Amino acid sequence: MRKRRLRPGWLTIAPACTGALMLTPILAGLIGTTLPAFDYLPAIGGHRFGFDAWRALAAIPGFASCVLLTLETGVAATLLSVTLAIGFCAWAEGRRGWQRFRGLIAPLLAAPHSALAIGLAFLVAPSGWVVRALSPWLTGLSTPPDASIVGGASGIALVIALVLKETPFLILMIGGALQQVAVPQAMALSRSLGYAHADGWLKTLLPQVYPQIRLPIYAVLAYSLSVVDVALIVGPTNPPTLSVLALRGFTDADVRHWFPAAAAASLLFVLVVAAIAGWRSMERAVATLGIRWIERGSRGPATTVVAAAGAALVMTAFAASALSIADLGVWSLATQWRFPAAWPQGLTLANWTAQLPGVRASGLATLVIASTATALALLLVVGCLEHESRRGTRARRRVQWLIYLPLLIPQISFLFGVQVFFVRAGIDGTWAAVIAMHVVFVLPYLFLTLADPWHAIDPRYARSAIALGASAGRVFLRVKVPLMLRPILIASAVGFAVSVGQYLPTLFAGAGRVATLTTDAVTLASGADRRVVGVYAALQAALPLLAYTMAIALPAWRYANRRGLAFAA
Amino acid sequence: MSGELCLTGVRIDLPPRALIEPLDLTIRAGQCVTVMGPSGSGKSTLLAHIAGTLDPAFRAYGRFYIGGDEITHVAPERRHLGIQFQDDLLFPHLSVAGNLAFALPASVRGRDARRAAIERALREADLEGFGERDPATLSGGQRARVALMRTLLAQPRALLLDEPFGKLDRSLRSDLRRFVFEHAAERGLPALLVTHDASDAEAAGGPVVMLTGAA
Repeated sequence: MRKRRLRPGWLTIAPACTGALMLTPILAGLIGTTLPAFDYLPAIGGHRFGFDAWRALAAIPGFASCVLLTLETGVAATLLSVTLAIGFCAWAEGRRGWQRFRGLIAPLLAAPHSALAIGLAFLVAPSGWVVRALSPWLTGLSTPPDASIVGGASGIALVIALVLKETPFLILMIGGALQQVAVPQAMALSRSLGYAHADGWLKTLLPQVYPQIRLPIYAVLAYSLSVVDVALIVGPTNPPTLSVLALRGFTDADVRHWFPAAAAASLLFVLVVAAIAGWRSMERAVATLGIRWIERGSRGPATTVVAAAGAALVMTAFAASALSIADLGVWSLATQWRFPAAWPQGLTLANWTAQLPGVRASGLATLVIASTATALALLLVVGCLEHESRRGTRARRRVQWLIYLPLLIPQISFLFGVQVFFVRAGIDGTWAAVIAMHVVFVLPYLFLTLADPWHAIDPRYARSAIALGASAGRVFLRVKVPLMLRPILIASAVGFAVSVGQYLPTLFAGAGRVATLTTDAVTLASGADRRVVGVYAALQAALPLLAYTMAIALPAWRYANRRGLAFAA
Repeated sequence: MSGELCLTGVRIDLPPRALIEPLDLTIRAGQCVTVMGPSGSGKSTLLAHIAGTLDPAFRAYGRFYIGGDEITHVAPERRHLGIQFQDDLLFPHLSVAGNLAFALPASVRGRDARRAAIERALREADLEGFGERDPATLSGGQRARVALMRTLLAQPRALLLDEPFGKLDRSLRSDLRRFVFEHAAERGLPALLVTHDASDAEAAGGPVVMLTGAA
């Protein structure tokens, strides 16, 4: 398409602003973390470059097993999530009820990862709900058993907690990528050639959509390798994963431990890059083998069986997620819940009223930070998208990578550096700093959720409005925004949920002085009364769900007389 | 092997109204019956019903027989009915030979046997040497021929043609029409053609069924 010229104004600088906002913290942060990794941080006495930090890191007991553990859990969680997501989509495509179910996945993802992890810990711990429900009639236990998978050295609980959230995310991404393909006809074609459902999907549709889900898969890989809050809650403690090791160093009172911590954070960055590169080369091998498998023409039942098994596991995962969130609520309302009862002795609101003063402060902080960050990110994203629309271009591949950058680089590998710069500028510990960092992570999700619906608007609406004499601004406000209200609100709900769930950005930019529901919940998770933790985590999960409900209810109410807008995609 | 394609008592409703009135049709081996009607009269829906891929929103009735075997309740992937759509739908991730190999039954075993079968098909389509080409680099007419050879390689017992010539210009259209009908007749396949172009019906040379399209 021919590019049109734009009048100077907000729209022309929106993309540049967004690019600067994304790149600057990342680059500055990476530099600010890599320099101390080589002993250079004048503020705390590191004046010369050297390798002492690396030596100190390697000398930490259990360091080698820590790195191994990180790689194992990160790669295992990613492999599992990708396989399960693909198996589920292959099995579910075209089945009745799938369309309706798909709409439920997004709110399922609304609960922050740490809230889900806390709920999972309450579910599968030795004294958790599962054991309680089965005791004493099945297990014969009247006291909690000794064995535990939460915090166990193998990291299984960590992998499970990661898979619970990443699988639905990938399922959503695959569904989004499939919108570009004529699915019903392709499926009818492969069925007429003799291939069963799942077989046809895997051999004809998956290869076509994989390029679109590649970046989300890399994001899942980077996240699984570098997650901190979930690892703190259900991950192994001794040795921990590399990101937790780095965090321990960074939050140590003795500042000399910051140098090996920076080295650990830089090493994690290298590991993530290597893992992504490794996955890329694996893609080629799988593609070659895959094409040979496709061309062999076998039409046996094996694929269907495997896909069905995968789908069954995914349904179990959904159930586990729902139960995890539910038991947060149950704990928060419990009076007493002694083992091995399957239900609390009584339900009460006393826990909530008791926690209200504490929750009010962090709850308010969470609300304000999330709302402001989402609003700012929305302004930037809408500016960029409208810029694209008016100029007649679409974001190219390079821009996609730029958008994904904050999701591909481990948070802990650059947040420390950002904090160093914030301290220099004297703005660390302020809400403004926290909001600014939240915008960096909210923006990619907002962009990805809003881009497709935005560009799917029939351009003839705008053209008709202009022909009727409306200015570009009027077209935007009176035609585009009402058409886009539902997608904008849903994207905002997604951004809001992302901000509520942020842990490290709040910790670092806030210099430990800004408390949100998530930072409180993660701290409390390691020891406090489950009823107290339940209140914080339940509220943590409830806020995004509230945002989602509003995102769906508001257009339905406002456009009650306009069926085309109330429920449009 | 292929025989007659019989449709008895076929009725399709889109609740609350009827879309296709009860239809009885017998297509002899090598014959091509054309179904014509205005847009929305249910022509493509009829093909989807026969192929077994009908959207659950429709209520469909009737029985189908191919060569005497009833296929009404057989799973779609076991009915052995070849479909041609308006778009060639060649899989972009496979080469031309790969697309053809996908359709070849697994009973043709061994790389050499399979490759030979694919080469034969390419020669028949006048596309010798095109095996390793990317489908996106072929012209519209070439892609349509590959799409038909792909359908035929799966050894179907009947052909369902859903406006397969719709996207081609006049000259390509008549060439491809001849190509399709010659191959269908050669293999003795009964064919059901859906179209709104009267010249297609003429070229098919068989009976024409008009769907009125319920009001």
